[in-house]
Amino acid sequence: MTRTADAIVIGGGLHGCSTALHLALRGLEPLVIEKDYAGRHASGVNAGGVRQLARNLAEVPLAVASMELWERIEDLVGDSCGFETHGQVLVAESEEELGKLKARVDDLRLRGFTHEELIDRTELKRLLPAVADHCPGGVVSRRDGAADPFRTTQAFRRQAIARGATVAEGVRVTGLKRRGATWHVATDQGEYQAPVVVNAAGAWAGRIAAMVGEQVPLEVIAPMLMITARLPRFIDPVVILRGRKLSFKQLANGTVVIGGGHLAKPYPDENATVLDWGRLAISARTVWELFPVMRSTTIVRAWAGIEARMPDEIPVIGKSDVAEGLFHQFGFSAHGFQLGPGVGALMADLVVTGATNLPIEPFRVGRFAGAADAGS
Amino acid sequence: MTPSEPSPGHEHGASAPSPPSGGEGRGEGAPPRVAAADVSRGDSAPLTPTLSPPKSGLPDLGTNNAELGQARVRVREEGARIQSDYDVVIVGAGPAGLAAAATTAPAGLATLVLDENAGPGGQIYRAITSTPVQKRDILGPDYWQGEDLVARARASGATFVHGATVWSLDRDRQIVVSIGGASHGLFARRVVLATGALERPFPIPGWTLPGVMTAGAAQTLLKASGVIPDGRLVLAGTGPLIWLIAAQILRAGGAIEAMLDTTPKANFRRALAHAPRFVASPYFAKGLALQREVRRKVKVIRGVTALRALGDDALHEVAFARGGGAEEHIAADTLLLHQGVAPNVNLAMAAGVAHRWDARQLCFVPALDADGNSSVPGIAVAGDGAGIGGALAAAERGRLAGMAAVRALASERAPGAAETQAARRALRRAERGRAFLDILFAPAAAFRLPAGDTIVCRCEEVTAAQIAETMSLGVEGPNQLKAFLRCGMGPCQGRMCGLTVSELIAQARGVAPDAVGYYRLRPPVKPIPLKELAEMPQTEAAVNAVVRG
Repeated sequence: MTRTADAIVIGGGLHGCSTALHLALRGLEPLVIEKDYAGRHASGVNAGGVRQLARNLAEVPLAVASMELWERIEDLVGDSCGFETHGQVLVAESEEELGKLKARVDDLRLRGFTHEELIDRTELKRLLPAVADHCPGGVVSRRDGAADPFRTTQAFRRQAIARGATVAEGVRVTGLKRRGATWHVATDQGEYQAPVVVNAAGAWAGRIAAMVGEQVPLEVIAPMLMITARLPRFIDPVVILRGRKLSFKQLANGTVVIGGGHLAKPYPDENATVLDWGRLAISARTVWELFPVMRSTTIVRAWAGIEARMPDEIPVIGKSDVAEGLFHQFGFSAHGFQLGPGVGALMADLVVTGATNLPIEPFRVGRFAGAADAGS
Repeated sequence: MTPSEPSPGHEHGASAPSPPSGGEGRGEGAPPRVAAADVSRGDSAPLTPTLSPPKSGLPDLGTNNAELGQARVRVREEGARIQSDYDVVIVGAGPAGLAAAATTAPAGLATLVLDENAGPGGQIYRAITSTPVQKRDILGPDYWQGEDLVARARASGATFVHGATVWSLDRDRQIVVSIGGASHGLFARRVVLATGALERPFPIPGWTLPGVMTAGAAQTLLKASGVIPDGRLVLAGTGPLIWLIAAQILRAGGAIEAMLDTTPKANFRRALAHAPRFVASPYFAKGLALQREVRRKVKVIRGVTALRALGDDALHEVAFARGGGAEEHIAADTLLLHQGVAPNVNLAMAAGVAHRWDARQLCFVPALDADGNSSVPGIAVAGDGAGIGGALAAAERGRLAGMAAVRALASERAPGAAETQAARRALRRAERGRAFLDILFAPAAAFRLPAGDTIVCRCEEVTAAQIAETMSLGVEGPNQLKAFLRCGMGPCQGRMCGLTVSELIAQARGVAPDAVGYYRLRPPVKPIPLKELAEMPQTEAAVNAVVRG
């Protein structure tokens, strides 16, 4: 295998594979270095939600841009990725919650975003006939949906390779040094070189940044998911809650994926997680209350994927503050799946042209420096 | 040449690698075509072959629903009584679990035995305290020798809870157990996993047809309920257990049309080197006697290859060849399949215990030290779950794991060196001849590595051909395959396809199964009702109380 590349992407999750594909589409020959295999962690085992709905305002432009790519995903990667668009619905459980949602939708409209639409009880019942009667309405984002996360990551990996990228799996980065205009990436299988490095290492991205002396307050998390036995089809859109932690969707085979962000205990050095059944019990209770149709089902499996969360729960995207030719793309804080296609494209622009049209200022790595100083 | 029964496991779960029955709402909405019964939970599992009481005057227990309901209430009350922590929690009350309990409890350690069956005994001594089969020669002296083990464990002071399904165990030794429809969290300072073995998958064309079941499932029915399969019965496979089951069915008054022995002829030559130790083992004479007993009444066909189960909606006939000969057919209503047992690894793997491929036993086994300690501190594995060794070895391994627990938690009452040495010697004695058995009864590659339309994963109906196609996408291991095909993701959690899938991938990649690995297993190791999970303690205080260190 060649030891030099036009760019080295560290991390073979969806974001790393997407950036590699977009770099290849712009004529570069990138190399992805992945310590396990592509999609081994959160990218391959997340809930698969493709969601513009209820995003942090700073992320909305990126989500909207990414959605454009999702809608022609088959053209981009040669695979449907299991993407389907039955919409996503944010369910309000009280009039008070609905009022807050209305204010949010109104605010988005003033900013020029129309993907979120307030719905009343009647429309909610039409979209989600099985939802409990206490819910007065909600917000729908009709173009949203869900995809198969592992299949998506694999499709990006395959297409990146087809377009000229190299993916080195089972290779662990151990050191990062810049000499002149070249990055020397030490691994457990020898050294690789490139003028550009993209840090898309997810839960391990903090360690990569630390190799060049850049401290980031990254927290390793492992959001838990459960899946049920097959049920007759009763729901099409993906459902999320705001007041309580829940995300909920029925797959094509009838099984239901239950998530929402309750956390397992991560052991990133061992690729392991320990599930917290006391918290999964909360999810089970929420489902019990929100969807009476689910009351007789069984839980077949539960799992958690390891990833990174930033203190403000939005990612780090952009150039390193301390090293030339180093770019960060991590910390998606349990909602990075939908952003994968779009952020890969913007990273490629950033690497190739030095700029992007999307507003990424809120995601700069340096934003934590002041907070850290104030805290110390 | 056939020895006595290896303890075919008392997976504290299914007796046979069968999907959970829908009896308690645990099956999927669209259950796989169930061909093996799971009566281990004591419910009236639907069974595809028609069953009749044996003809030798045994009582037909039938299913008394009122009685069953009362039993559940009793079990639930028992569940409410268990404490939130114990010195030692033993999972499984087969020979290993019983011997471990009989070692730890008398040393003053608070010992809890959680067992999925209705009573002690595991698989080999299943229903030993309740079986309606009271004519002792039907199940044989090797079965009844379990009585002593049960008596000692019961007198040990250990708490036994039956009908208890441990569905989660983690590296911090937090356990979640379902008892009578309610789940409880508890903590153990030491855990001994004695979850036994499962019958190997036997993926032949038609193995999912109603009327085809595992021999172990048939034995479970005989032991627990005194019933034998009705109609024309054919047995096929290899291994000591299938001869024992054949003999037990005959003794109970059943008739067997034919025994199709799939033991590959080449195995005899390979096993020969290990024959002297085997001849010296207690299994030798017993095995020979069993085979003679079966052969007197049943047509035995050796060197069977190309086995197929045929029928439209149910089994109609069994097709096979002798060596490379022409295909032959036998009409049959029930086909019992068996080609050995493998450790039931689900709970150990879900707890993070490291496993390795055992090339002689052709299965994954936990990596253990001489006392059964695993890679996870405080968690030991004993019995057939630690590698197939049979009932006598299982008891010795249970004893050794129990002694290790006493040394760790109550060193002042630890057994002396002489006692430990005696147990180790007994274990070596019990394991004598095992290599011969493993090699002689190693299932043929053709019956482990199916091809074409043969179903590999029953729950998701994934065929061997689909797996081969998906491999060409660059799939390197079972977990990637899972993501593409969903194989191993159904309610049986890979129990019926895990070994097949790992071996198929290893074959395609030209590497050992060790390099391929096994499904990453996660709790719940058995499906749990959403209701039961929703009712678990979940307030912050309760959560904190459950989640310790």
